[in-house]
Amino acid sequence: MELRRVPAGIWFVLPAVVLIGLFFVVPVAASLLLSLTDFDIYSIASLANLRLVGLMNYRRLLQDPRFATALWNTFYFVVVGGPLSIAVSLGAALLLSSRLVRWRGLLRTVLFLPVVTTLVAVAVVWRALYQPRYGMLNRLLAVIGVSPIDWLGDPRWAMPAIILLALWKNFGFNMIIFVAGLQSIPERLYEAARLDGASRWAELRFVTLPMLAPTFVFVTIITLIGYFQLFAEPYVMTQGGPADRTLSVVLLMYEEGFRWWNMGYAAAVAFVLFGIILTVTSVQLLVRRAEGLGGTSAGAGRSAAR
Amino acid sequence: MTDADRRAACGGRAALGLLVAVALGCGSRAADDRTVELWAMGREGEVVGRMVGEFERSHPGVHVRVQQIPWSAAHEKLLTAYVGGAMPDLFQAGNTWLAELVALDALEPLDDRLARSSGIRRDDYFPGILDTNVIADHTYGLPWYVDTRLLFYRSDILARAGRRAAPQSWAEWSDALQRVKQAVGADRFAILLPIQEWQTPVILAMQLGAGLLRDRDRYGDFESPAFRKAFEFYLDMFRRGLAPSAGAATVANVYQDFAGGYFSFYVTGPWNLGEFAQRLPPDLQPDWTTAPMPGPERAPGTSVAGGASLAIFRGSPRKEAAWQLVEYLADPERQVEFYRATGDLPPRRSAWSAPALSRDARVQAFRVQLEAVRATPKIPEWEQIASRIVEHAESAIRGSVTVDQALAALDRDVDLLLEKRRWMMQRREQRRDAMERRDPRRETMERRDPRRETMERRERAHGAAAQGQG
Repeated sequence: MELRRVPAGIWFVLPAVVLIGLFFVVPVAASLLLSLTDFDIYSIASLANLRLVGLMNYRRLLQDPRFATALWNTFYFVVVGGPLSIAVSLGAALLLSSRLVRWRGLLRTVLFLPVVTTLVAVAVVWRALYQPRYGMLNRLLAVIGVSPIDWLGDPRWAMPAIILLALWKNFGFNMIIFVAGLQSIPERLYEAARLDGASRWAELRFVTLPMLAPTFVFVTIITLIGYFQLFAEPYVMTQGGPADRTLSVVLLMYEEGFRWWNMGYAAAVAFVLFGIILTVTSVQLLVRRAEGLGGTSAGAGRSAAR
Repeated sequence: MTDADRRAACGGRAALGLLVAVALGCGSRAADDRTVELWAMGREGEVVGRMVGEFERSHPGVHVRVQQIPWSAAHEKLLTAYVGGAMPDLFQAGNTWLAELVALDALEPLDDRLARSSGIRRDDYFPGILDTNVIADHTYGLPWYVDTRLLFYRSDILARAGRRAAPQSWAEWSDALQRVKQAVGADRFAILLPIQEWQTPVILAMQLGAGLLRDRDRYGDFESPAFRKAFEFYLDMFRRGLAPSAGAATVANVYQDFAGGYFSFYVTGPWNLGEFAQRLPPDLQPDWTTAPMPGPERAPGTSVAGGASLAIFRGSPRKEAAWQLVEYLADPERQVEFYRATGDLPPRRSAWSAPALSRDARVQAFRVQLEAVRATPKIPEWEQIASRIVEHAESAIRGSVTVDQALAALDRDVDLLLEKRRWMMQRREQRRDAMERRDPRRETMERRDPRRETMERRERAHGAAAQGQG
């Protein structure tokens, strides 16, 4: 009798709410608590060895030179790798949509292949490519007179090497999204532009790019979030070396948590990273929205923001 | 531990599961009383799986189930199994993990069983190796196979450089490396010292008697004169261009490079005996050999005591059967058989008189070395400390910091890592003092019985578990 009075809608959302609560809210709350303790291997032995340390983990984090290194490396990866990846994806998408290119279906599949390939397998091949004395990359460079580079062993080159790998591995995904975005631009806009005597460059500048704005917002946010969580590439290629130059924030978190079992400290790393990603994406959205309100793609920008 | 105990502990950990174990849960295990579950890693797991058949025939009623675990996941898997209450009865454990497992109170002390055993004699084991299993006066594991580091070198290149015998002292070693470097030229090296390995600098420091840690392992002691001197010697090999200073990435294939003479000396372990024999071209086979580590004055210099042990889970209801299997595998004949199948060196001296081992000169170098091995500090934090040594040594090798800066930073890092350990030791002492004040007689009794301490820790753990449940 009582149950009947509960609105039907509740029953529809209840399973989702319970699942999200159980597998998202509870773990997140627990790890927030965890980050305020010094939970480690001794605490697994006995909870009597657990100390509530307040913000100590966060304070230690700010002073930890390895965290500073990891943060710097991650930003390097995001700032250099992110735009590069988007540019390459866009280039590939424009190429695929161009009427000049034949075998478009085949090309699309080939360019998308790296995305669906297992990273561990990719890593084996790329390690061989990067090998300084026998690797293919250095041999090709030798042809144009570049002296051999110790790609994964030289601290200056390790991050560029990781960026190159990540770029090759990931650009296909964004490319497909851009292709979809390009296909949704009505043909009549191009016709109108051509009637007005627009050059191909002007078509790209004044028709294609503005119409792609919502796609851009989506792609940038997804790429940024993904790139901030850099982990698998350095994990399989360099384990963070040489001299910690490819140590990313997530890799540091993994090491602290699952290699050394400093769970409290690792949880603090996770929350700092969460804060950074949240801040960066919010700022980005705000900028886009402010831009969008003044420009022609206002509606498009806002719909993507939602 | 009785079943009720384990459930209680399990419940506590499930409450704690908010933190770690939530997904692991506390599965109940098959209540088969006669099946001993054994976890072994990699190749050892494969071979032991074949060896247990005969054990089962000679011990009717006892069954063994071997689970093979990849080395790379083994440490993690043991810890998660402990948290999730799914530990095997018997398992292979790297020597350096034992301190951590003891801190978790997961290991059964084997002292009484060892004393009673007819087949196992403590003094038959290499003392340095056995010592890695002894923590706070209790033996928690029985060495299964041993591991240490010594010199592998190209005798032909050394002869070309004008030296017949392996170097005995640091001075001779340094001289031999210099001569080899001159003989092989600018684009080749005398020695390979993989930057990501902590063993070489630590071995050199141990040879000079460096303690690594000080004050009952509560602080780092890397700025000590002994460690500094060893560290300088190590760095010198890079500074003088005797060792290539790049990471593992540069040496894509150690065997190819060793065969090609890219380097002539290599400080490495017993697994490479088999690898070198298999992977180096046949015509090169007479030209490589092994020698004990050079010491500051004479060989053999101390090297690091490593390897793996068999340990029994403290909560196992099948400890007796598990112990029988340990005794069976510790038999010298079985160890020789194990050596033949895996190349893993036996930890018992009596096994070394078998022809398979005694006739092989390259293996005999290990026999000499094993009499001079020392354990690294037996504390749970050691592996983490070792990773910091690698990190700061790498910075010094690359020249981005001075030796002083590197060692000071290392001590600072290590002191921070050991903060929890210091806190726990201090708390334990305070409790002991408080008890002493209350009842001096009881205290003296306790001091004599070190088991008391672990029992108390267990009581506290169960107390906390009960609170967690309520």
